[in-house]
Amino acid sequence: MRRWRGIIVPLVVLLVAEITFRATVTMSDSLAPPSRAVGALLGALADGTLLANTARTLAGMLGGLAIGGIAGLAAGIAIGFSETLRRASFLTIELLRPIPSVALLPLSLLIFGFGYSMEIAVVAFATFWPALILTQNAVAQIEPRLIEVARLMGLSRLETAWKIVLPAAAPRLMTALRLAAGLALVVAVTAEIVSNPQGLGHDLMIAQETLRPERMFGVLLWVGLFGWGKNAALLRLERWMFSHRGEVDTSVAA
Amino acid sequence: MSAVSRIPSPIMGVAGLALVIFIWHLVTTGGMVSKAFLSSPADTLSALQRGIASGELVGQTRATVLRMINGWLLASLVAIALGSLIGISQTARDFLRPTLAFLRSLPASAVIPVAISLVGLGPSMVLGVVVFGSVWPTLLATVQGFATVEQRLRDVAQVLHLSKAAFIWKIGLPNAVPDIVAGMRLSLTVALILSVIGEMLSGQEGLGTAILLAARAFRAPELYAGIALLGLIGLVSSYGLLMAERRIVRWR
Repeated sequence: MRRWRGIIVPLVVLLVAEITFRATVTMSDSLAPPSRAVGALLGALADGTLLANTARTLAGMLGGLAIGGIAGLAAGIAIGFSETLRRASFLTIELLRPIPSVALLPLSLLIFGFGYSMEIAVVAFATFWPALILTQNAVAQIEPRLIEVARLMGLSRLETAWKIVLPAAAPRLMTALRLAAGLALVVAVTAEIVSNPQGLGHDLMIAQETLRPERMFGVLLWVGLFGWGKNAALLRLERWMFSHRGEVDTSVAA
Repeated sequence: MSAVSRIPSPIMGVAGLALVIFIWHLVTTGGMVSKAFLSSPADTLSALQRGIASGELVGQTRATVLRMINGWLLASLVAIALGSLIGISQTARDFLRPTLAFLRSLPASAVIPVAISLVGLGPSMVLGVVVFGSVWPTLLATVQGFATVEQRLRDVAQVLHLSKAAFIWKIGLPNAVPDIVAGMRLSLTVALILSVIGEMLSGQEGLGTAILLAARAFRAPELYAGIALLGLIGLVSSYGLLMAERRIVRWR
């Protein structure tokens, strides 16, 4: 029974919104009752436009996540290995990291113009930093004896990274991936709302500008479901992959 | 190796940064990248100086910082109040957690179209979006902080017949303070991001609008000056709260 408590509140809110809307408003350019929003959502799913836009957002998000994530992973391992590199780079990293990724939107638009590239570049910048920091932490928390073993076995740095560091840090890296994926979706949608005319963010803006509130709320619901579903799936994958290793510490990422 | 490891860390950090700026200088003055895309360090610095001397950048920075702080304070108040009410009751938590998780996973910028259609393109729309977006980290942190109150303290409160308000004030909030401050730090980051987005979309005065216009006019030095100032705001605000957080944790 307790599991179902969570669903009651949204249902009641939607029901109240529906009734209030039907009782008071006849026409509106800015609001729509939940039933019509859900109807618009189903219609947009059926005619394929929403799925096409979802694919575009997904492409921007995954492209940026791949570039930013892999670059951050590589840099994090390099810095995690080398004390000299860590000390030489910390100031630069601490100065660049707080730059809000949205501040790069005008720059990215200037360089790449409209399209996937500008969105991917900004998502890559945004996801690079958490990937870097979390990888660095993950490497730092590897049992030092494992590294010692690698050294005794005469493994090269690349081999050590591949055979020892990545497997040992895998649970933490998976957590890092989940957090970075959440960030990537937010940044991709934001880029589409602010400047890139494609994908789900642009769909929302167009629905607002053309005074179709039912589509706007339908797409908003879809964006929420999409983000929530993606997060739940990654969380489940993480638990399934590493259930035998016990708790994964996420505190560093909070 | 030992020679390098004896150099103090701050000097190493500054040397690393100097190297990066030197490479930036070489890349731009060597003509490897178009000046329209990347201005040289010297041009960026002089754009900063000009902007500060004329007062233009100062005013824009002030506008963005005020927007960020106002939205963040408002969001923090709402989040702590609401979070306390949800946090004291296990039942309320059961009912509301999934809804809160869903709302939090919604990209805050996605509510901007809704806000525009409800309120229009004014300063109150931007403030509303900043508040909406930055409420979640602190709200969830407050609920979390209340959820971790020890059972013994709950028992004591029951024996003493503490009212709900007294429980919140005397036991719940003090217990939740470290979580709340950590949440507020995240909220402040979100508040800055949403302030910039809001300015870009609505054309309100601030650094967001400034960098958008600089990019449209192909004025790279001004663009980079604005980006640098936004980075500085992010740096100062997150360090300020990190210091506060450390102090509070130590005091406990």
